[in-house]
Amino acid sequence: MKARNKRFMFVVVGLSGLAVAVGLVLNALNSNVSFFYSPTQVQANEAPQDKTIRLGGMVEEGSLKREDDGLTVHFNVTDNLKTVSVTYKGILPDLFSEGQGVVAQGKLDEQGGFYAKEVLAKHDESYMPPEVQDALEKAEETKKQQMSTTSLMQ
Amino acid sequence: MANSRFWLYFSSPKTFYPFAGKLVPWCAGVAVVLTVIGLYLGLLVTPPDYRMGNSYRIIYIHVPAVWMSMLIYMVMAGWAAVGLIWNVKLAEMMAGALAPTGAMFTFIGLWTGALWGQPTWGTYWVWDARLTTYLLLLFLYMGFIALRSAIDDPRRASKASALLAIVGAINVPIIYFSVKWWNTLHQPFTVAPGQESKIDPTMLWTMLIMVFAFWAYAIAVALLRIRSEILEREKNASWVAELLDSSQDTSSEDNIAQEKSAQGDRA
Repeated sequence: MKARNKRFMFVVVGLSGLAVAVGLVLNALNSNVSFFYSPTQVQANEAPQDKTIRLGGMVEEGSLKREDDGLTVHFNVTDNLKTVSVTYKGILPDLFSEGQGVVAQGKLDEQGGFYAKEVLAKHDESYMPPEVQDALEKAEETKKQQMSTTSLMQ
Repeated sequence: MANSRFWLYFSSPKTFYPFAGKLVPWCAGVAVVLTVIGLYLGLLVTPPDYRMGNSYRIIYIHVPAVWMSMLIYMVMAGWAAVGLIWNVKLAEMMAGALAPTGAMFTFIGLWTGALWGQPTWGTYWVWDARLTTYLLLLFLYMGFIALRSAIDDPRRASKASALLAIVGAINVPIIYFSVKWWNTLHQPFTVAPGQESKIDPTMLWTMLIMVFAFWAYAIAVALLRIRSEILEREKNASWVAELLDSSQDTSSEDNIAQEKSAQGDRA
């Protein structure tokens, strides 16, 4: 075998061996690499009880309630399968709103509620002008109206 | 193979040096024109985002810089492998010439990302999989540059740093797929092959113009850097001596004095 073919094989074999090793390590560390637990994982008791963890998901529509002190808020985080109720005292990020992604850091209590120390807004992957968003919302509304009228007719 | 002869022709530093010199002004010109167009569209023409308002406009720098930093790393590792396996000097120089530009784009990616993260997420930095692996990319670039300059003999320096570059290449697909494989604070792909893009077309085109601008810039700067490295490494070759002699004839007296003192150093 020529020296350069040997070096080629060395690089190819070395790199594929390394890729397999890294793949196995990352697979083993899967739960540690993830930035947050989903509500489904929390409900399935996959998240540790007495440790600080992060909970991520969507803020459930209509679940945001503010207490009279103006700082304490309650909202539900959902992944459309399970929900976890969150209590947080502090200033919410500007982009925090119902129906949007959120990552909260804090601890679970015995009743399965979540006490957040820090709340981050999670941005989704879509970028569009406000007019497009308005048009999308309008289309959604007409769709809902149509569905309700058809259900009334039936 | 006629094809391999073509590549061998350009793999010689002597023929590549003038070829690179001709390409530089074109690439630089394209970079300037596209940057002006891209920034004009990005800052003045494209609409604001429905949630982030104007702060999203950082993507016209952030996304092209990040894409370039990852692409440059793969190209750099590829050239490093070619240099290591086939013992091609020019490929080694190519890898070395790309590293500082890649590192710069990585730094811009981290910096603009932090500036965007504060108003959007509510924090400059989190240790999620995407951000952490991307920070590792900066360290890999810095390690490559440091290792290369720590060894005096250029051939040995190239070989040692090539191994680092090749091993580090594993990190690039991990950065790319991190948002798919794990829960991260960073959002998943907006634009990806085999997926409908989730960005308004005018925003997408403006972003792509900036990508091509950065591309042209990266090529121009890498070629400039490789030209000076060719001169440095081939300083004992007769064609370099001829080149310097001919430039002496046309240059001013000051330059002649400088060249002479440089020649004195060499002797």
